Amino acid sequence: MQTNFTLAQLADPHVAESEQILRRCVHCGFCTATCPTYVTLGNELDSPRGRIYLIKDMLENGRPADEEVVTHIDRCLSCLACVTTCPSGVDYMHLVDHARIHIENTYRRPLIDRLIRSLLAAVLPYPARFRIALGLARLGRPFAPLLNRVPALKPLGAMLDLAPKSTARVSDSANPGIRAPEIEKRGRVAILSGCAQPVLDPDINDATLRLLARFGVEVVVPEGEGCCGALVHHMGREEQALDFARRNVDVWTREIDNGGLDAIIITASGCGTTIKDYGHMLRLDPAYADKAARVSNLAKDITEYLSTLDLPRLEPKRLNVAYHSACSMQHGQKITMAPKNLLKAAGFTVRDPGEGHLCCGSAGTYNILQPDISAQLKARKVRNIEATKADVIATGNIGCITQIASGTAIPILHTVELLDWAYGGPKPEKIPGR
Amino acid sequence: MADTISFLKPREAVLSRRAAIIADLTELLPPECLVHEARELVPFETDAFVSYRRLPMAVALPKTTAQVAAVMKYCNRYGIPVVPRGAGTSLSGGAIPQEDAVVLGLSKMSRILEVDYANRTATVQAGVTNLNISEAVGIDGFFYAPDPSSQLACTIGGNIGMNSGGAHCLKYGVTTNNLLGVKMVLVDGTVIELGGKHLDAAGYDLLGLVCGSEGQLGIVTEAVVRLIAKPEGARPVLFGFDTSEHAGACVADIIGSGIIPVAIEFMDKPAIEICEAFAHAGYPLDVEALLIVEVEGSEAEMDAMLKAIVEIAGRHGVKTVRESQSATEAALIWKGRKSAFGATGRIADYICMDGTVPLGKLSYVLNKTSEIIDRFGLRVANVFHAGDGNMHPLILFNANDPEDAARAEEAGNEILKLCVDAGGCLTGEHGVGIEKRDLMRHQYSEADLNQQMAVRYAFDEDWILNPSKVFPLDGRPTA
Repeated sequence: MQTNFTLAQLADPHVAESEQILRRCVHCGFCTATCPTYVTLGNELDSPRGRIYLIKDMLENGRPADEEVVTHIDRCLSCLACVTTCPSGVDYMHLVDHARIHIENTYRRPLIDRLIRSLLAAVLPYPARFRIALGLARLGRPFAPLLNRVPALKPLGAMLDLAPKSTARVSDSANPGIRAPEIEKRGRVAILSGCAQPVLDPDINDATLRLLARFGVEVVVPEGEGCCGALVHHMGREEQALDFARRNVDVWTREIDNGGLDAIIITASGCGTTIKDYGHMLRLDPAYADKAARVSNLAKDITEYLSTLDLPRLEPKRLNVAYHSACSMQHGQKITMAPKNLLKAAGFTVRDPGEGHLCCGSAGTYNILQPDISAQLKARKVRNIEATKADVIATGNIGCITQIASGTAIPILHTVELLDWAYGGPKPEKIPGR
Repeated sequence: MADTISFLKPREAVLSRRAAIIADLTELLPPECLVHEARELVPFETDAFVSYRRLPMAVALPKTTAQVAAVMKYCNRYGIPVVPRGAGTSLSGGAIPQEDAVVLGLSKMSRILEVDYANRTATVQAGVTNLNISEAVGIDGFFYAPDPSSQLACTIGGNIGMNSGGAHCLKYGVTTNNLLGVKMVLVDGTVIELGGKHLDAAGYDLLGLVCGSEGQLGIVTEAVVRLIAKPEGARPVLFGFDTSEHAGACVADIIGSGIIPVAIEFMDKPAIEICEAFAHAGYPLDVEALLIVEVEGSEAEMDAMLKAIVEIAGRHGVKTVRESQSATEAALIWKGRKSAFGATGRIADYICMDGTVPLGKLSYVLNKTSEIIDRFGLRVANVFHAGDGNMHPLILFNANDPEDAARAEEAGNEILKLCVDAGGCLTGEHGVGIEKRDLMRHQYSEADLNQQMAVRYAFDEDWILNPSKVFPLDGRPTA
């Protein structure tokens, strides 16, 4: 569609990029249909097309962000279902990234909102702080209903509600070092330990390390790795996000230069989407652009990498698995078949829940910052999953696991936990009986 | 922004009372159902006919028929124009508002109210998407037949307003042939019901009048639509030709020999390339024109019909014939076709024409269209419902170049006149909207047009319902 920017505006590379993205949009409206917030709220302002238009208007007029625009951009889950749907190839992800940075730079949020966001940004990316926070949250849980009654404090209530009821054990899977393969070495990879995941559910990377070792892959847990930056990136805190990115790029580049890497394995698809975008995020940084692009090219979801290993086909098991495709998996990384094919090859019966394209409402910190919409999406997701009558749920993202687990009694696991079990690992504790 | 097509001059009496009107609407609707902040109105200024834009005064997003009626009654009392909006996917500008208008959006009324397999009907709210109906009943072996390419997003209310068609309408008919009843709010807020679950209603066929009336006779809030049992099987087959003429002549010959496949879709080379780039459906890239012919029924029925079609195509020098090999491939073939317009956005801005011509004239009109496009120094991609002669030349242009945009519009007008002069009509399924409004006199005599306006006048004396659309702005009857 038509755009209206001055040459001076276009001299800013971020604006120039957004202009190119906007030019692709033909305003056909297809994106509205698969947008979780539009489907829930029925207002075009809470749809991709509406947001694109709000962003266009704001950027063209060189205006600071205001309450109206912020409200509707904040409601975006960044699930990227619209990107899958868009026939014109509108790069909504980078447009909304730009908008979020613009908001962060030009808009002063209400005090409570500022405090909550600062708290999240200061705690979630750091495992040690996050572990302490979870302990405190368990103590604070009785206050959740009280907080939920005050609209501005609802995010705090949501935080307390989401905190797991018991502390996960501390695993050594995040300790730096090299894990040797159990059979002849056929590959060498680095693994992202992540920030929230090892605290919430260390079983995931434990299973990954076991499975890779069993199939001859040497795994490096590099010293100095940290949060991928996705959490703060989605809050528009770009400098903080880029710092995380640079740090990881440095760490992995060191590994690439020393022992060589076939892949950088990621077991949380939310992180995968961001790491695969490092090349873009750091494109304007001459010192990092090339290194970041190299890292992005090596980044692989664990199921992508396992698909290259030709795992043996196993006898069918009597276990029905509902596969929930995380948005960052299916829309962000366009990985749709690999996890299901792996599960099927390992003998599981895989079922696809209806409305699989719709987000579960987790979306990073969304279930904390937008608890009402998130709760509606969770209920819808759980309804669709339970309709499959599956025994367990498999997915590839810790956010979805936490979100969906808080809404259903069906056990939910990471895909790799089921695969590890099928290929000789211990039975996951979450699987009942048998 | 393009400015050849004008809108009615905003009513001063309405504009000057803006604040009071917003305050009154606030009384009528819950807060989440009313949009009136300046910034938030901008995304409602246009639809998929994005070259034209007008900011509305407010946007009402009611959740119930009662709320629609309350807003309608209020607007009627004060002479406030009302522009209905479904998903805003109109290609003719049917949902573009104007400065003195309240947009009445049905997007919050998107529930399927009842499915009645015994009577083969679904009762739905107007804001439900076309595809949602088929998805809701698909598991039980039924579907709703009219399938506009925008069916993923467009609403049944909008389909009724425009009497929308789609690829599969060749066999099953357009919206009006699949609509059994509506609940509608009249301009004064009265709620009426037309039709029902039966094939005919006593008295006048007002339902037929409402379908295709572009939101000018009332606001449809619920609809009863016909459900059809899915065929045993369906198979799209690709036929590639060396020239558009051969493909066009082949279509006329298929239909002329008494064969009615479910769909016959046409794509020329530019359209094939655009769709392939998005859908990776395996369309042949070495042909000048492609027909997607879908047959359905039992294996034997499909084979028999296909054999007859292949024979006819052979007489027209068909170069490649390829049957889809799997359900996935069939889905991709349709995904590519149905995304054609949007996918065009990858290479250029476009306006989409909707003229319909007699099948015998397809090749002639395609040739003439190329001549017109060449004369204006533009590019075109043709992708359309060939089986019913419903052409969609997509005129490609650069929206950031006002001269190019003006040329595209002018070329479009010539193409539409060409369709009418060839014995066809201005619009096959997208509606008149604002886009074709000023060409209505090329299609109709003064008497024809006056009779249509008399009907409209009978429903809405003050012309407040979607007032800038369908009829040329001059020569309208007034109170």
